[in-house]
Amino acid sequence: MKIREIQKLLGADVLCGDEHLDNDVYSACCSDMMSDVLAFVKDQGVLITGLSNSQVIRTANMMDMVCIVFVRSKTPTDEMIALADECGITVMRSTLRAYEACGLLYTAGLGNDPSRKEAAHV
Amino acid sequence: MSDPIRFHFDVDGENFSSAGEASVLVKKKLRQLGFPPDIIRRVSIAMYEGEINMVIHANGGVADVEVGDEEIVIILKDTGPGIPDVPLAMQEGYSTARDSIRALGFGAGMGLPNMKKYTDRMDIDTTVGVGTTITMSVKL
Repeated sequence: MKIREIQKLLGADVLCGDEHLDNDVYSACCSDMMSDVLAFVKDQGVLITGLSNSQVIRTANMMDMVCIVFVRSKTPTDEMIALADECGITVMRSTLRAYEACGLLYTAGLGNDPSRKEAAHV
Repeated sequence: MSDPIRFHFDVDGENFSSAGEASVLVKKKLRQLGFPPDIIRRVSIAMYEGEINMVIHANGGVADVEVGDEEIVIILKDTGPGIPDVPLAMQEGYSTARDSIRALGFGAGMGLPNMKKYTDRMDIDTTVGVGTTITMSVKL
């Protein structure tokens, strides 16, 4: 799925990283615990979270994630947006709740592509 | 064999929002040096977890990274309270972090186990009331 489709599906505002909207992502994770993201995320390119502090950006950077969606209208500071921009991460803000955002993305196929699952088991 | 490339950082224990700055910089430097993504990810996650721990538990400290021909070594040194029971601290889910830290997204008790998971070697030298030095290495 293109990052642009995530923006459309969630009706999100893009806060930085417009230039990466045509990049592909294949999976996502949702958490407010950055400890868990660091421990359990493998190759998920998108982080959906309701937590807003600098560690969200740094955690995504450490995990090579390329897109962060702040849900429930959580708004990152200018400093956080600048850091994300420097790290090449697209940042969006959506009014949706995390549950709704995840449901929409999963239903649209993000992290739910049978062909990729089969490929992963080969 | 060439001399290792060294990086040194002071980790500010007063400001949680700046925690992890050194790890972000190390990740950037390793990318510039052309290391494979997997090596960069392992080094930077292990260092980031350690940096966060130093800020949460030990009021900061110093971080040194040595990039050699055969391995990358990360040394994190603090003068905090020390770890009374290392095997217990290594258990997944065990944490002494305050609720205020959990509200910031950390303190799930995954830091030390994660540091061990992402590195090839991890040594903890700790004395209660004196401080802790953690040495980790990732083979190249």
